[in-house]
This record gives sequence, structure tokens and C-alpha cells, in this order.
Amino acid sequence: MLQITNLQARVEDKPILKGINLTVKPGEVHAIMGPNGSGKSTLAGVLAGKGEYEVTGGEVTFDGKDLLDLDPEERAREGLFLAFQYPVEIPGVSNSYFLKAALNAVRKHRGEAEVDAIEFMKLVKAKMKVLEMDPAFLGRSVNQGFSGGEKKRNEIFQMAVLEPRLALLDETDSGLDIDALQVVSKGVNALRSPERATIVVTHYQRLLNYIVPDFVHVLANGRIIRSGGKELALELEAKGYGWLDQGAA
Amino acid sequence: MSTTATPTPSTDARDAYASRVEASRGRSIEPAWLMSRRSAAARQLIEEGFPTTRDEDFRFTNIAPIASKAYPAADLPPARASIDALRALATVPGLDAHEIVFVNGRFAPELSSITGTPPGVRLANLASTIGADPAIVESLWGNAIKFEMQGFTALNTALAADGAILDVDPEVVVERPIHFVFLSSAPAPFGAHVRNLVRVGHHAEVRIVESYIGDAGQEYFTNAITEVLGAAESKVEYCRVQRESMAAHHISGTHLHLGRAAVFASESLSLGGAIVRNDVNATLDAEGISCTLNGLYLVDGDRLVDNHTTIDHAKPHCESHELYKGILDDRGRGVFNGKIFVREDAQKTDAKQTNKILLLSDDATIDTKPQLEIFADDVKCTHGATIGQLDEGQMFYLKSRGIGEDHARSILLHAFAADIVERIEVEALRTHLERLLLERLPID
Repeated sequence: MLQITNLQARVEDKPILKGINLTVKPGEVHAIMGPNGSGKSTLAGVLAGKGEYEVTGGEVTFDGKDLLDLDPEERAREGLFLAFQYPVEIPGVSNSYFLKAALNAVRKHRGEAEVDAIEFMKLVKAKMKVLEMDPAFLGRSVNQGFSGGEKKRNEIFQMAVLEPRLALLDETDSGLDIDALQVVSKGVNALRSPERATIVVTHYQRLLNYIVPDFVHVLANGRIIRSGGKELALELEAKGYGWLDQGAA
Repeated sequence: MSTTATPTPSTDARDAYASRVEASRGRSIEPAWLMSRRSAAARQLIEEGFPTTRDEDFRFTNIAPIASKAYPAADLPPARASIDALRALATVPGLDAHEIVFVNGRFAPELSSITGTPPGVRLANLASTIGADPAIVESLWGNAIKFEMQGFTALNTALAADGAILDVDPEVVVERPIHFVFLSSAPAPFGAHVRNLVRVGHHAEVRIVESYIGDAGQEYFTNAITEVLGAAESKVEYCRVQRESMAAHHISGTHLHLGRAAVFASESLSLGGAIVRNDVNATLDAEGISCTLNGLYLVDGDRLVDNHTTIDHAKPHCESHELYKGILDDRGRGVFNGKIFVREDAQKTDAKQTNKILLLSDDATIDTKPQLEIFADDVKCTHGATIGQLDEGQMFYLKSRGIGEDHARSILLHAFAADIVERIEVEALRTHLERLLLERLPID
């Protein structure tokens, strides 16, 4: 589904990704862990098409298509979804308008009929229930005045409505208390299926108790220095990242 | 070169206007106090003329195209069909309001619905009130204008023949909004000088909507002044919706004088006009006043919209909030100047001023200037101006959900403007303006 080959990227003049290789197949959950500044969020941003990163080498294919050649909106319509580490506030645009526009853009691309207001409400209300959200939230402006936890929940809610085939969760656990973490994880797990894949970017092992990965990769200094099963995350939790850095050096 | 001082003939229309005042003196039935104010204003106009770009307050706004022409009053009655069309355009669906309507600056009783106002609410037109109850006009006229008159204020004082009078008695909460409607339509260019006088009594409450709307493409000149006296603990929401013809010129002065613990909020929308200048002057002359001034201006083509606001914090413990937003396209020009005075007396003042501008083309320009003069030491005053393009972070967020570039742009543009409209409390008006905004800034 996703094939990353020798991906290199920089921000301004600073190289951040120095040759990433990663293969994600349908049905899999991959966790990407690593210390701060290792390039985790850059990787998520490059995959989603964030403008401030410049790809300097390598390639990424998504279902055989050259992902890096697509605009961000085209990537989203192809089924890629980035749950932001810092969701953006958009005053004056209601959640419901925003989400309906997004859903219909994606559906149109898939050759499906656009949903009308009634179908939309039915759909979102069901998803909101899973994420234990207040329906009044639909009328509020996108992320405006939301707490950190509400913003993260909103990301997963959007994901639940758009049903992407590849979800990228960028530090979704940061700023969440344990209850919110469980609710958010439930939303992510509800979407797991043999056709879909998830990449979880996180600093801590905690989230992986709830979203159990098939593979764990450790990113350090712009490269994946170690890959393993879910037990690698536990090992990292116990020993910290320093242990690996020394091993890699 | 002659060395003797000979009076230079003015290059603007001041003489023509002044002689109009002179000519009306003989046949006027107006009370002496009013005639003498008109004469004094005409003299001031003769002496000082209209402002030019050499005046600090008009540095970026060249009003010469207006000042050079002595716009006559509209003589011929406008075509019925045209007025009906404008009346329909000015109608706010679902707004259950008392409406006083003016056509080309003159009261149009057949279009108005001013009977049936509740007890304690007086709604009438200025011209008839001057005859019927000159004392009330005298008690309101010029009382909220605390700042030095400039040329257009003088011109208005000299020539304003009509306008709305609204007097709300103490303790009266006016249920239905009051709508002042100014329609403009005539076969030839004309000028309308209107004066609206509002008094809201102690602990009284009212919502006022003031609409200006004219025939598309027609040239005319509106010179409007609204004075509001808000007594202690009064509560006023004032919405000004300017939808003049794109070829018309619109000069306005809104003068507020507020009493202890009064709450005043205004939203000023400038959607039309070729050269537009709005002055809002607020005097916070007692403690505990809350004054909110919000504005939105949409400027395209070769148009110019200038908003000048002055808030005078004269007494302690008052707060003022100001948010003006502009969207400038084509060769459009915008000017924003926000003066805030905090007098020595006015400790614990809390003043916040924000001006946000989106520039959509390389040729659009904005001159924005906060002007804070603070003489008290224990105050909170903030100001900020942002000028730029749409927010890249917001654009990316929308696109990352599958929304295309053009669609995302239109959503954000619309939201930028809707932010002001959403602050309007009168629901029917808010809905109506949201719809108007969708026409001007469509979401595609």
C-alpha cells in the first residue's frame, strides 16, 4: 500500500530525513517512535504534503501512485489522512460545513454520490457517539476554543467520517488524559480492517497499549535505526532511547 | 506676480454650498438657534473648506472628487419602479422592525411604518419634528459631536434637512429593532445630507439598524451623521449596513456620547461606494462603560474605504473593543485609523484594538495606523494590525482533508468576513447579511 524508499527531506537548509525506508501493507499498524527532533513529525508532514518540507531524494508510492507528485488534497482524496499534532483553528467555519465539504470532496473523487444534509447528519451522529462527543460541537467553528483533548478527539472524529485507507496519527496522544486516550484509541481501532493501515507516530509507548502495533520502528537522526514487533516498544519504555543510539553509533 | 492679497476663489464647492444656505434663510421656518448653527457651519466651511490630503486625518484619502462638485438636492421624484426595487432590496426578511424610510434624503411616509411604536418610544423624521417639536431637536442636535467639525460635518450641519429621530424614554426596553432606511435613486447626480438623532434613556435598551442602499452604478453623494446619546446603563446595538451604488460617494460620521455603565456595540459594514469615509467618534464620559466597535469593509475595483475611529476614554473603569476587518482586491484602497485617548483620569481603562486585512491582489493597498495617546498609568491598552494573505496553516488543514485549493480559499475568505457578521445580535439581520456576504464572497 505504502512504499517509502530512501526518502530524504529538509526544512530550509537543514536535512531532517536522511534516507527512510518503510513498507506498509493493508491491515497493518506501524508505530514510529523516537526521541524529540528525530524527524517523526517531518515524516508525517512530508507524507501529507506539508509545504514547508522539501523532498531532496527518494520516492514514496501509495497504491503504486507517486505520492510526492500529488497535491495535499489529492493525497487526501486517495485515502491518506493525517491526524495533526497541532490541529488548526479556523474561526468562522463550522465543523459541520467543513466536514461535509471534505466528505463530499472525497466521495466525489471515489465516484460516489455526494451526501445531502440529512444523510450527513445521520452519518456524523453515529460517529460522534463512538467518540463520545456532544452534537452541539458540529455548530462550533473548527477547533476554535477547543481544549487540547477536544482538538485531538476532533481529528479522530474527522478520520472516522472520512474513512481513509491510510491514517497517519502524529503524536495524537500528546496532551491527552487517560480517559481521552481510551476514547481516541477506540475511534482508531473501530476503523481497523484488513483493507486499511495505520501509522502511529508517538514519543511514548503508552498509546500502543490501546492501539496495538504489528511493527515498531525507531527513528533517530532522520533514519530508522531499528525495527521490530510490539515488544520493541516495551523495551524502549524500559530502557529509553539512549540505549539504541549507542547501539547505532 | 501680484503682491496684493486677493481672495483666491476656492477650487471646491464650498461657495456654492454656502450660498445655498444663505438662499434658504429667507424662506426658512426653522427656529433661530438652528438657523444660526447652519450659518456658523457655512462660515466655517467657507473659511476652512473641505479636508485635503495635507490634513493628517485625510492623508490617504483624497476626497477632491466629492468636494469639487456642488451636488444639488434631488429635485425630481425618482421612478416608482426603481424605488420599489430598492425597497425590496433593503428589506431584511424576517426582521420585525419599526422602519423609517427616506428617499434621496427626504422622509417617505408611504414607505415607512413608524406608527405603533410602544409607549416611551418616539420615532419621527427630523424635518417634521423641527416644526412640531423644535425643543426636542435642540436638545439632541450637535450634543454628541465633541470633536472639532471637519468640512463634511460642517456641510451636514449647514444643509441637513431630514433624518431619523429616535428618543427612547428611561427604563423602556424596545422589543422590535428600529430600522433607518436610506434609499437613493435619481436620474442625475445629487447630494443627500441626513442627520439622525438618537437618545436612549437611563436603563433603556434598543437595537438600531441603519441601511444605505442605492441604484447600481448611479453617482450620488451621501453625507450622513448619526448622533447617539446613551444615558447611564443604557444598552444599544447599532448596525450600519452601507450598500451604496459602486459609483456613489459616502461620507459618514457616527458620534456617540455614553453615560455611566452604558453598553454600546456597533457593527459597521461597508459593502458599496466609490469613495467612502466613515468616522466613528465615541466619548466614554463616565465610569463602567463598555463600547464595542466592529467593522467590515470589502473593497474592489478602484474603490476606497476609509474608517477612522476615535474612542475617548475620559473616565476610569471603561472598556473598549475594536475589531475591523477588510478584504481588498483589484486596485482597491483601504485606510484604517484607530485613535484611542486615555485621559489622565481614566485609570483601569481596558482598550483593545485590532485591524485585520487581507490583500488579494498586488495592486490593492492599505494604510493602517493605531494611534494611542495614553495619559493614565494604570491601564491596559493593546493594538494590533495584521496584513496579509490567507493563513497557510489553515489552507493546508483544509486541503489535507480533500478540499481543493479554490474551494479552500473561498471558504477562508468567506469565514474571514463572516466573523464580523456573526457578532450581530439581531438574528434576522445576521442571517440576511450572511446571505449577502455569500453573494459577494461565494463559496465555490
